[in-house]
Amino acid sequence: MNAPAPMPVIAAALELRAVRKSFGVTEIIRGVDLAITKGERHAVIGPNGAGKSTLFNLISGRFGVSTGAILLNGGDLAGLKPFEINRKGLARSFQITNIFANLSVFENIRCAVLYPLGYKYSFWKALSTLKDANLRADEILELIGLKKRRDVKAGLLTYAEQRALEIGITIAGGAEVILLDEPTAGMSRSESDQAVELIRKVTVGKTLVMVEHDMSVVFSLADRISVLVYGEVIATDVPEKIRGNAAVQEAYLGTSLAEGAH
Amino acid sequence: MAQGAQKIVFRPLNLARCIIWSGFALLLLVLPLFFNKGFALTLMCQIGTIMIFSLSFNMLLGQSGMLSLGHAVYSGLGAYFAIHMLNLIGKGWLFPVSLLPLVGGLAGALFGVLFGYVTTKKSGTPFAMITLGIGELVFAMSLMFPEFFGGEGGVSSNRIAGEPLFGFITFGPQIQVYYLVAVWLFICTAAMYAFTHTPLGRIANAVRDNPERVEFIGYETQRVRYLVLIISGFFAGIAGGLGAINFEIVSSENVSAIRSGTVLLFTFIGGVPFFFGPMIGAVIFGFFIVVLATITKAWLLYLGLFFVMMVMYCPGGIATLIMMQFPIVKAGRFREIFPSYCLAVAAGLTLLAALVFAVEMIYHLSLEAAAGTTKAFFGYDVEVASATPWLGVALLSGIGAVLFVAARRGISTHWDRIMGDIIRSQTA
Repeated sequence: MNAPAPMPVIAAALELRAVRKSFGVTEIIRGVDLAITKGERHAVIGPNGAGKSTLFNLISGRFGVSTGAILLNGGDLAGLKPFEINRKGLARSFQITNIFANLSVFENIRCAVLYPLGYKYSFWKALSTLKDANLRADEILELIGLKKRRDVKAGLLTYAEQRALEIGITIAGGAEVILLDEPTAGMSRSESDQAVELIRKVTVGKTLVMVEHDMSVVFSLADRISVLVYGEVIATDVPEKIRGNAAVQEAYLGTSLAEGAH
Repeated sequence: MAQGAQKIVFRPLNLARCIIWSGFALLLLVLPLFFNKGFALTLMCQIGTIMIFSLSFNMLLGQSGMLSLGHAVYSGLGAYFAIHMLNLIGKGWLFPVSLLPLVGGLAGALFGVLFGYVTTKKSGTPFAMITLGIGELVFAMSLMFPEFFGGEGGVSSNRIAGEPLFGFITFGPQIQVYYLVAVWLFICTAAMYAFTHTPLGRIANAVRDNPERVEFIGYETQRVRYLVLIISGFFAGIAGGLGAINFEIVSSENVSAIRSGTVLLFTFIGGVPFFFGPMIGAVIFGFFIVVLATITKAWLLYLGLFFVMMVMYCPGGIATLIMMQFPIVKAGRFREIFPSYCLAVAAGLTLLAALVFAVEMIYHLSLEAAAGTTKAFFGYDVEVASATPWLGVALLSGIGAVLFVAARRGISTHWDRIMGDIIRSQTA
């Protein structure tokens, strides 16, 4: 397995400080502290309803935090909208496939590279002349293995292909910090093995935070794991130590983590 | 390998594009040779104007997923500014009449900046509601400020103003207006088509498909909607300016909800999912509003029925109906399904005839009872009060229904078989 990542001394790529989030009177996230080093692959696991997706929604700016702070490369994200956070170098994928169904696979990816390449809202440039955008989109297609499906409508892809496209859109902009929300959800074993390879490939040199239920995926990808239970992180450690952690075992009601838990 | 393959794929596409655009230009050029009567020219001018208007409308609806219920605001206000400018030219201002649509366009864009700032804060149903509100607001204003809007009578003008273009084009004769509309139509269509192939145009599609995801790839959806609305307002204003030159009068009707509803109706009929759909819709508009309305009092009923049928059975509009045939034609198998289509057309015409006879006779009995019970159909006098014509209607309906069932069965079996083969050959 990977060597334990050193604890951050300087500013972490992503840092959560006493983050809390309430919806009405219900507190979903109850004081989460987390520091993720640059280049680290970090998995967030936990039983259903633990608040994993909410945590992602807070980080990516879909919701604002109730109290506490989230820092990206040392900069506070408070009050920033999703697109502003994205421009600062954080991209996310979604648990439920979230693509542009009526656009071709290629167009899906190209849309995701336009803003970072500086084309923004321009309506005086023809897309076909944007060599760098087209080249980059084709590179991403190659990387995610959808080159053959380049001109197919995204809505017509198979489920596994749509999940790969989902990851492709997320990484296409070249963000340094990538959040993946259950990237292998609903996949067969062989599909999720491929997905793991894909994630490994596309996140080289980047910081990855992922929510995942499939424990084999988690243990094969993650440098460190955080266990979220009822809105609190009960443990953050390297995979081997998480596996033996008594509190974690209890949270999963005695199921063996190695076999996967839901 | 991919490089070479792409070149082979792309070249005929570009060639097709060249043919389509030069064909379009040629068509615009030669149409008056065949339709040179005053009525036909006026009709074509009107259709051309509506084409620009509905294309601009579809920038919002089809390309960005924004249902505007007040799009006439931009064309109408553009028309007002254009006609005031025309009056100023008549008073001696130096400005070419041929560029008046640009004045309309700039006014449309300006009001896009103003109203769009409010409307595009929201998307979906709230957006539609706010545009409806703004539309009513502007309409009410048009009656409140007669100094600018001309009150109930509107603002009229004379397009023979200023220096003639090239020394002889005064825009007095309708044919000169036709070519003015044609030139503007070609430019605007090309510009709006080009827009669909720009970063903003593509992101607008993305916003239509999935606004939430767009926010997570760095774009502010509100900004996208706002910019598209301004550009759409610009082209709507150009259409308004052309309308002002064509009719030489602009009234509050130009900014009314009726006008906004009309463009929605015909854009939808033409086909929202395709760029050229609204252009088909504009031609159908010409048929219904200008041609059919002069023939029968029941034209609104026919329009309503037609629209409901389209929404129910062909929500993609006529453009979709045409584009659906493409894979079959490409596979060289159109001949197999063609007889069934002919049968469907025969069924449609029979049912239509039954409908028209019934509706016209009912209209005659209710609205023209004073004129007696005899109605002229294509030169024949029909005794509406007798049973014979009604039996004829029943017979036609029966024949039509039988043909319809047969046609439907034929089309669906052929369609399923051919499409099944096509899909199998693609996946194999």
